[in-house]
Amino acid sequence: MYSQALNTRDAGPSAEDADALARFQARIDAEEKIEPNDWMPEAYRRTLTRQISQHAHSEIVGMLPEGNWITRAPSLRRKAALLAKVQDEGGHGLYLYAAAETLGTAREELVEQLLSGRAKYSSIFNYPTLSWADIGAIGWLVDGAAIMNQIPLCRCSYGPYARAMIRVCKEESFHQRQGYEIMLTLCRGTEAQKAMAQDALNRWWWPCLMMFGPPDTASQHSDASMKWKIKRFTNDDLRQKFVDATVPQGLHLGLTFPDPELRLEDGHWRFGAIDWDEFKRVVAGDGPLNRERLAARKAAHEEGAWVREAALAFAAKRRRKAA
Amino acid sequence: MSDRFSGLLLRRADDALVLGHRLSEWTGHAPSLEEELALANLALDLIGQARALYALAAEKGAGEDEDSLAYLRGDREYTNLLLLELPNGDFAVTIARLFLYAAFMDPFWRAAAGSRDRDLAAIAAKAEKEAAYHLRHAAEWLIRLGDGTEESHRRAQAALERLWPYTGEMFEPEDEVLVAADVCPEPAGLREAWNRTVDAVLAEATLSRPAECWMQSGGRAGRHTEHLGHMLAVMQSVARAHPGGKW
Repeated sequence: MYSQALNTRDAGPSAEDADALARFQARIDAEEKIEPNDWMPEAYRRTLTRQISQHAHSEIVGMLPEGNWITRAPSLRRKAALLAKVQDEGGHGLYLYAAAETLGTAREELVEQLLSGRAKYSSIFNYPTLSWADIGAIGWLVDGAAIMNQIPLCRCSYGPYARAMIRVCKEESFHQRQGYEIMLTLCRGTEAQKAMAQDALNRWWWPCLMMFGPPDTASQHSDASMKWKIKRFTNDDLRQKFVDATVPQGLHLGLTFPDPELRLEDGHWRFGAIDWDEFKRVVAGDGPLNRERLAARKAAHEEGAWVREAALAFAAKRRRKAA
Repeated sequence: MSDRFSGLLLRRADDALVLGHRLSEWTGHAPSLEEELALANLALDLIGQARALYALAAEKGAGEDEDSLAYLRGDREYTNLLLLELPNGDFAVTIARLFLYAAFMDPFWRAAAGSRDRDLAAIAAKAEKEAAYHLRHAAEWLIRLGDGTEESHRRAQAALERLWPYTGEMFEPEDEVLVAADVCPEPAGLREAWNRTVDAVLAEATLSRPAECWMQSGGRAGRHTEHLGHMLAVMQSVARAHPGGKW
């Protein structure tokens, strides 16, 4: 495997002396990409491993809420498109795990962190998909919010992550347009279809605003991530950008947003207070579906164990035969 | 002739849609991430085949469009093989079913690519490439499972035993008028090729070919297992709840 060769780290500077750190920061400041075999501070490696693997986990867990509607998609065209979209997410998970592996942690270990509950994934996937319109709303809003977060990551200082994000963003922006088109079709349809779309917007809007993370005054990770150019905009900046881009799209659909305080002010759509208690509760494990999502991933992993063992045993037999 | 031709198209479309739907049920639950992507690909190929066949059937007057044929016919109107509507079971059942079916469809589509009907020939030419890949993927897995661990061997053998009584239906005669007019191949003529593929792969997989036995039948006449009704109830639920809805 390409990445396993990288699992053995260079000895590098034995202590993270000030010189090495200064040289590293100078490269970052000069917008150079950091590559897997380059020296990097341990905290940079840890931060990126956490971020990239959480991103990968989110893609994988994110297959579940949308997967919930593949068997009920109301037309064959929608069925094929949804299946292809969910497959794209699996693909994103795969190459994000590969990008994370370049930092020295194997995919098996990262998956284990997810299944044991030590690693997080995006809390948005702990909310249920209750109607076909949720598939539209997820594409439009959840993927829309993800893109706001991810476009700047295409310029992230860590080369493998930045390059993975370029492809991810292309596909996500296609998903976002596809989701919006589902909403548009519903909103031009029957009263019942339009009501379905409105209900989906009502349920997904606030959780989507929470996707950008805690307000800047409360974020734990932002400062170092900004200095290292892993992150380039603050949570609140990105959230505002998302709201500004999304509200006109919702109005074009003829839908209303579940926020009586939403108003246009100085060129920005200002929104009401986010329920940060709900955010903290869902992140901590008490959302509508936290337990079910993890249980589904664990079940797939455990029920697939005999298949993976068979593949390994077979490969070993073939190697012995060839030797 | 047109009814006969539509009947043929619907049989093959129903086969593809029903198996594609079953495979799509794996999404999010596959044994590995790589296989997750592969199963979705297989499902997408089959749903794509179904769409092309339904669209052609609709053109020939079998229904309004592909969606009315997929979503507004009941289980007694579906004419797919019983083999394909059985629940997925474990990964061994899923793979063994795909293998047994693809080992038939690969030569079927190859022969149908020479159909006198140019539309069907075009669909078959594309479907044959897909079926060849499905066959390769399923055969590789069946060999891994058969010759993997004791558990995987046991499961793979059990899957074959479970599915075997449903394999006879694939070889039931096609419409004799269409066969005589070189529109489609006669399934019985493909049995030898199927036997060769199955025997070679089972031998490599160290699996035994199940004993010949009584064969299930009825799918082509719309008499199904208890499973298809449930599958269609789920699949058609949204479409049927909104009559005339555009999606």
